[in-house]
Amino acid sequence: MLRTAKTIAAKDLRIELRSRVIANQVIPFAALVMILFAFALDSDAVLERVAPGLVWLATIFSVFFIVARSFALETADGALEALRAAGVDPMGIFLGKTLALATQLIALEAVLVGASVVLYRADVSASGGVLLVTTAILATVGLASVGTLYGGLAAGAKGRETLLPLLLLPVVAPVLIGATRATESAFGTNGIDVSEGWPWLGLLAVFAVLFSVVGAVAFGPLVDD
Amino acid sequence: MTTRVARDRVTGTPFTRGLGIVTIAGIVWLVIFGLFVTPADVNQGETVRIMYAHVPGAWLAYLAFIVTALSSAMYLWRRTRSLTWDRIAGASAEIGVLFMGISLVTGSLWGRLTWGTFWTWDARLTTTAFLFVTYIGYLAVRNLGGTHHQRARRSAVLALLAVLEIPLVHFSVEIWNSLHQEASVAGNTDVTMDGLMLFTLFLGVIVFTLMYVWMLLHRQRALTLEDMLDDTGLDRALAARRTEAGVS
Amino acid sequence: MKDAGFIIASYVVTFASIGLFSFAVLRRSRSAARDIRPEDRPWS
Repeated sequence: MLRTAKTIAAKDLRIELRSRVIANQVIPFAALVMILFAFALDSDAVLERVAPGLVWLATIFSVFFIVARSFALETADGALEALRAAGVDPMGIFLGKTLALATQLIALEAVLVGASVVLYRADVSASGGVLLVTTAILATVGLASVGTLYGGLAAGAKGRETLLPLLLLPVVAPVLIGATRATESAFGTNGIDVSEGWPWLGLLAVFAVLFSVVGAVAFGPLVDD
Repeated sequence: MTTRVARDRVTGTPFTRGLGIVTIAGIVWLVIFGLFVTPADVNQGETVRIMYAHVPGAWLAYLAFIVTALSSAMYLWRRTRSLTWDRIAGASAEIGVLFMGISLVTGSLWGRLTWGTFWTWDARLTTTAFLFVTYIGYLAVRNLGGTHHQRARRSAVLALLAVLEIPLVHFSVEIWNSLHQEASVAGNTDVTMDGLMLFTLFLGVIVFTLMYVWMLLHRQRALTLEDMLDDTGLDRALAARRTEAGVS
Repeated sequence: MKDAGFIIASYVVTFASIGLFSFAVLRRSRSAARDIRPEDRPWS
């Protein structure tokens, strides 16, 4: 199962390295969103206060594109069905796709945090940095497993591009809340201390564990025909 | 040559007809009691009358979503796998979305009068709104196409996920609010109800539940018809066109 | 009655939506039933 996961993840990442769709399209999109937020809010004081929320909002918007891309690869030539017909463990497929998705998301988040430091004057101390990295990892695992699960659910159906945000947005609300609060204290927004951020990681961890386990179990019946 | 079906009650049976009559009588009773017979509340004044429509509606939405989850589980469990369970789940979710929409509207009307605002970011309200959107998504997934069993499997998994997400969203909004230190407006709603008011509320719950059963039966049968039409409709339509061409 | 507008509006919203939904269900099933023989319906 783990071998399958590794193979699938490596395959997805290799496709990305060659095609650079995420690097050349999705990450610039997310950066653009950050710049447009600055136009819309139009005040340094406000931007500084809401920077953590904007980082995660931009991340979640980008998740839709990455998930759609991830499953467009699988359904284009009926690759997913071929994998299932070949008897590949669905749990392995799920873990592999989640892993590839998580790697791409981490890269995206790094860019977005960098952008918020440059554009929104966010400050990160050393201890805040530790909190920020932990938050990003936990949130990413949660987002990637939910994204893979719902992406698989809608895979191959007509109109899935518009359906995915509708399905995903309500589910990822806890991640948005938890990750934003934790990032606020990592940035020291509104004078919040770094130590206040750690309790929020509990929420992110519960979410990540819950959806990776449920996803691994439910993915088989979902794509099975 | 289209065969004209007499305007019979297609999805009706003597049972649903009786149930429908009882429900309509119950609605009339509820409206009269809710609007005229019951007294105004000590704290809320006349506003409390909205509750007789709001509380049963919210109760019904939750009941409908629980039924959706249970029948989805029945579908996924191999030994009871049947498209009937799937159709019950779908019909129930539709009714649930309807009633949740209604209770969101009536609730915010009540909130405007009582709290002075249509909406607050209280955990229960926010969770309800998310639930509403989630089941709209569920209904959209049911319309994605594919075979009936594909539809059933997708939506059954989604229904169980939706149930899972309720406590998660509720809990996260609750702790989010606890940090926000907003004036808790939800606290001052504990009403002391007299017997007649309590009775009317109870009556509302019963009437709405009867209404739910009536709607569920009809909607489930309508879905059965639509599924049958999907299976045989094309052949039948082709045959009809052929005879038409042959006759003329 | 104080606030009568809001109270009546909430009742109207509730029962009008229910009525419309029921009507739509009955109409859809009637049009679906046109091509299905009554004896095929499992409940009759």
